[in-house]
Amino acid sequence: MTRAPRVVVVGASIGGVTAAETLRREGFDGEIVLLGDERHRPYLRPPLSKQILLGEWEPDQASTHTVAQAEELDVELRTSCTARGLDVAGRVVRTSQGDLAYDELIVATGSEPRRHPLLPMALTLRTLEDALALRDGLRSAHRVAVVGAGVLGSEIASAARKHEADTLLLGRSGTLTLGGVGTLLSDRLARLHEDHGVELDLRAEIVGAESGLDGTRIELADGRIELVDLVVAMIGATPRTRWLDSSTLTIADGVVCDRGGSAAPGVSAVGDVAAWVDPFTGRPSRVEHQSNAIEQAIAVALRIARGELGTQPVPLFWSEVHGTRIHAYGWFDPERPLVEAAGDPGIQSGTSATDSAVLLSRDDTDRVRGAIGWNAPPRDFRAARAAVLRTPELITH
Amino acid sequence: MGIDVKRDACVGAGQCALVAPDVFDQDDDGIVMLLQTDPEGADLTAATKAERLCPARAITVTAR
Ligand SMILES: Cc1cc2nc3c(=O)[nH]c(=O)nc-3n(C[C@H](O)[C@H](O)[C@H](O)COP(=O)(O)OP(=O)(O)OC[C@H]3O[C@@H](n4cnc5c(N)ncnc54)[C@H](O)[C@@H]3O)c2cc1C
Ligand code: SF4
Repeated sequence: MTRAPRVVVVGASIGGVTAAETLRREGFDGEIVLLGDERHRPYLRPPLSKQILLGEWEPDQASTHTVAQAEELDVELRTSCTARGLDVAGRVVRTSQGDLAYDELIVATGSEPRRHPLLPMALTLRTLEDALALRDGLRSAHRVAVVGAGVLGSEIASAARKHEADTLLLGRSGTLTLGGVGTLLSDRLARLHEDHGVELDLRAEIVGAESGLDGTRIELADGRIELVDLVVAMIGATPRTRWLDSSTLTIADGVVCDRGGSAAPGVSAVGDVAAWVDPFTGRPSRVEHQSNAIEQAIAVALRIARGELGTQPVPLFWSEVHGTRIHAYGWFDPERPLVEAAGDPGIQSGTSATDSAVLLSRDDTDRVRGAIGWNAPPRDFRAARAAVLRTPELITH
Repeated sequence: MGIDVKRDACVGAGQCALVAPDVFDQDDDGIVMLLQTDPEGADLTAATKAERLCPARAITVTAR
């Protein structure tokens, strides 16, 4: 081979950007091509449902880099470039701009919102375009239905209330979920929504919907009809692996990888699209959090640049709902209720702020596996994080 | 100045104060505060690590 080694990164968002940047900073001096199908420079998604929806930020403020910073990185960025196929044995990616040979490939194509089969008129939220359309919709809407009781449903309901729209949050399972914390915070979240005037209906079975001049009529199984002028559906996301269907990679709700992010010789995957083997369950599973994408990308880049085997990231997740900041660190067993850290010496300093708490998830040997900060004083949450880190399994691999 | 923080982008996740406690702290709302603007040696290495881990990309290390 006469050319310099080339790493191709597919997907130019936080996972892909962090991988490219880390490779460069860790001394990889070959070629780096970062390609993505969006037409924008890479941007962050978390502000889309927060600062952008509320109109507090201009789109540019969500960019991962300034133009000057991007130039300094010496990465070839190809926007509006779609990967369409992969030849694992031949180490070639097929793209809308031609074939591209690689020595190492990093798959970072993320995930996309699932469409609600009965709500073709519903808006959804993944991209900057989606966020601007939704922001404009919220500005003029009087009554909004948010379908989906996950964290993004909660954040959008919160944005709708800030826009002073009457807001209905519809779920099916009876509970509200929040990322890796699952349903453990459901009651607290429900109270928070009710305190902020959100109408909650968590057992709503949608049976049909129709759009007319006066808005959209959502028909529920119990015969009720809800008339709203904006519907948003946030019912989960599916990994963007269709372009890999004809490749030899193992795809099973994501690109299946080992504990270090390898999917096949010369192929790694990071972020929302990647299903790394979970250290506790031994099963491949996806984690859809910003920090997970960042830490997986760092681990893979260190392996490629220096041959170092990284460590499995500890999940860290945050959200903001009606101004309440929620942070979750570690692993949460859905079967075990959370316990307040208050009284746990060394974790809670005993603040009395209203609606503030540090909550812990303990395993059956009483070790702290996960910690949640609910508007928590930062020092207390950091102390709780340190307690999670003392879990022995995390240190041994 | 060797470090810049965008306080309006910070989400209070505390990665910075955890990996570089001599460079970053958080105020009562969890928002990042700089303890020094021109770290050197081990502090600079730690600050660079914080820059990379910050989920909001609110930290920029300019002196490398
Ligand atoms: C509205 C919103 C709010 C969020 N808020 C939070 C939060 O508060 N906290 C948190 O921890 N996480 C949050 N997340 C989750 C977080 O944004 C994701 O975990 C993160 O973006 C994953 O990064 P990624 O690089 O793996 O994938 P993505 O960000 O999805 O990026 C994948 C990129 O690849 C491109 N792509 C896909 N297929 C192809 C192809 N075939 N060819 C070329 N390019 C392709 C896509 O267009 C996209 O640009 C939020 C997500 C959303 C949508
Ligand atoms: S790591 Fe980033 S988001 Fe978290 S507290 Fe520090 S600056 Fe803020």
